Amino acid sequence: MPPCVLLAGFSCSCQTHFSSKQGTYPRAFGLGLYTRLNKAFFPFADSPGVRFSSCTPKVCIVGSGPAGFYTAQHLLKTHQNVHVDIYERLPVPFGLVRFGVAPDHPEVKNVINTFTQTAKHSRCRFYGNVNVGKDVSVGELKQAYHAVVLSYGAEGNRSMGVPGEGLAGVYSAKDFVGWYNGHPSCRELNPDLNCETAVILGQGNVALDVARVLLSPIDILKKTDITQPALEALVRSQIRRVLIVGRRGPVQVACTIKELREMVNLPGTKSEMVEADFDGVTEALKDLPRPRKRLTELLLKTALDTPGDKEQQRRHQASRTWGFRFFRSPSEVLADADGNKTVGIRLAVTRLEGSGEGARAVLTGEVEDVTCGLVISSIGYKSHPIDPSVPFDTRRAVIPNTMGRVKQATGLYCSGWLKTGPTGVIATTMNNSFDTARSLVEDMESEALDLSSVKTGSEVISALLEERGVKSVSFSDWEKIDSVEMSRGEASGKPREKILTVEEMIQVART
Amino acid sequence: MLSRREVGGGRSSLGFSLIPSFPQGSNNKVTVHFINRDGDKITAKGAPGDTLLDVVLNEDLDFDGFGACEGTLACSTCHLIFEDEVFKKLGPVTDEEMDMLDLAYGLTDTSRLGCQICLSKSLDGMVARVPESVTDIRQSKDESA
Repeated sequence: MPPCVLLAGFSCSCQTHFSSKQGTYPRAFGLGLYTRLNKAFFPFADSPGVRFSSCTPKVCIVGSGPAGFYTAQHLLKTHQNVHVDIYERLPVPFGLVRFGVAPDHPEVKNVINTFTQTAKHSRCRFYGNVNVGKDVSVGELKQAYHAVVLSYGAEGNRSMGVPGEGLAGVYSAKDFVGWYNGHPSCRELNPDLNCETAVILGQGNVALDVARVLLSPIDILKKTDITQPALEALVRSQIRRVLIVGRRGPVQVACTIKELREMVNLPGTKSEMVEADFDGVTEALKDLPRPRKRLTELLLKTALDTPGDKEQQRRHQASRTWGFRFFRSPSEVLADADGNKTVGIRLAVTRLEGSGEGARAVLTGEVEDVTCGLVISSIGYKSHPIDPSVPFDTRRAVIPNTMGRVKQATGLYCSGWLKTGPTGVIATTMNNSFDTARSLVEDMESEALDLSSVKTGSEVISALLEERGVKSVSFSDWEKIDSVEMSRGEASGKPREKILTVEEMIQVART
Repeated sequence: MLSRREVGGGRSSLGFSLIPSFPQGSNNKVTVHFINRDGDKITAKGAPGDTLLDVVLNEDLDFDGFGACEGTLACSTCHLIFEDEVFKKLGPVTDEEMDMLDLAYGLTDTSRLGCQICLSKSLDGMVARVPESVTDIRQSKDESA
């Protein structure tokens, strides 16, 4: 279980309910900027430029999460006549912004406004409900386009590799997050929340998202776009205590400070730490770079400081607890007498070799059993290969690339987590996607990419899909889904009530 | 006819434009010099109370990816770097802004988020540098990471 360095940070960069100098920002604030942003992003919009080639370069992007949209945005902006088609497996766009970002972090979803502008650009088309690798191959896309950008992300889950991992009551964070965020493939997860203690393995931002959703007051959650079934399950939840377990120590914790601060301030909860875990941490502070130092200081304060009167009162009223458990590595999920259900987890005690970010956890040989009915493994996402013709580094679970150019595959590019591995906040993905777009435009300009032949683009692909009985969903179809979801949400005081099945999404799109 | 930029975007300036020696725009507006990622200087104006993010958007300044979360303190893409003297005048930083700054590329001791800096007359003529993003060059080079 490697440390989840800024694990799945999409959720970590999102922060909500903070007031700034200008007061608390209402959600609607984003809409005012929306049209203004468009001009800044697309200065050449609709100009018929002929700067690079007389033949219209056609590029397709596989995956419509942040990596796909940021790559498209930069391509459209920096190249005056490139045409970009975005293919998406689901009928709905935006990937982890819709299915990963925590429901109580609506601010980060503001990026959707810019993505929408990109999708509506005159040289951009969205094709949802197209499963690349199954409905159409990467080879066929390469035939139809001058370049193919793979940005389908990391939908797999690293496994713990310990006995008992398959028991009832053990879930991957990916599935659990997908469940409360309405991913169609996680609809039937129905996690059993009928126990007092939940153990989360991993201490990244996804782990903290899960902890927060498990412990948040329902009054907060019911105003978010969390799915109705998840909300109802959380209303009935018996979980009162969440332990967030990591192999290494406080100085190596993988979450970011925003997410930690949210836990510290979560209404109705108090923290429960092990004082001994913080031995020597105060002394280590002085050598840490600012971000790590501030994070560690907040941890220390939470764990060790004597609370003031107000905080004491807050803690006194708390009915739920959470805490980090450091220096512990999962060794076995423990089953009930029938061998079906989770009743606890055996944790191997570790100690650190070395110090700082590079410190390694080694087993001491001791173990500790913790009683719990729910185990959520949040030790990292993982990309899967999509097509045997595309190079794939199975060890690192990324596509081998140089600045987004897939190695030994002219015309193939990658961006996002598929390119770098599943770490970083949304700004990281934005920059890495811009870099890939930059490489692609460079190749078009330098003629490293052959633009001399006319490519048929979506014309031929649409015909292929038709032949195979695949009906794609356009961006305006998505807007129908979007508007139905928002009006259903309005009825129950939520920003959105997500449609939970692909069938219903398509049905609404076709109306 | 004065362009919008010459009068600093003043929408109500027409009534005063009869007094050319005392243009209303330069009276009320605050001048900001941005240094973009290529090192070019771009001069813009904003009204007191506007944030630096507002100025970037209102003036259509082309800083790629700037202000992704639209000023809601949910990202660090409006990160700007200031000179010491200016930085001291910018006022206190909240914990929440610091938390986001901690995730910014090229963080310096005089970094702030543009969405949190409100213009005032005392900041007239300030210089704000847009940091380069370098992270991914590093990531791509380090294949073993």
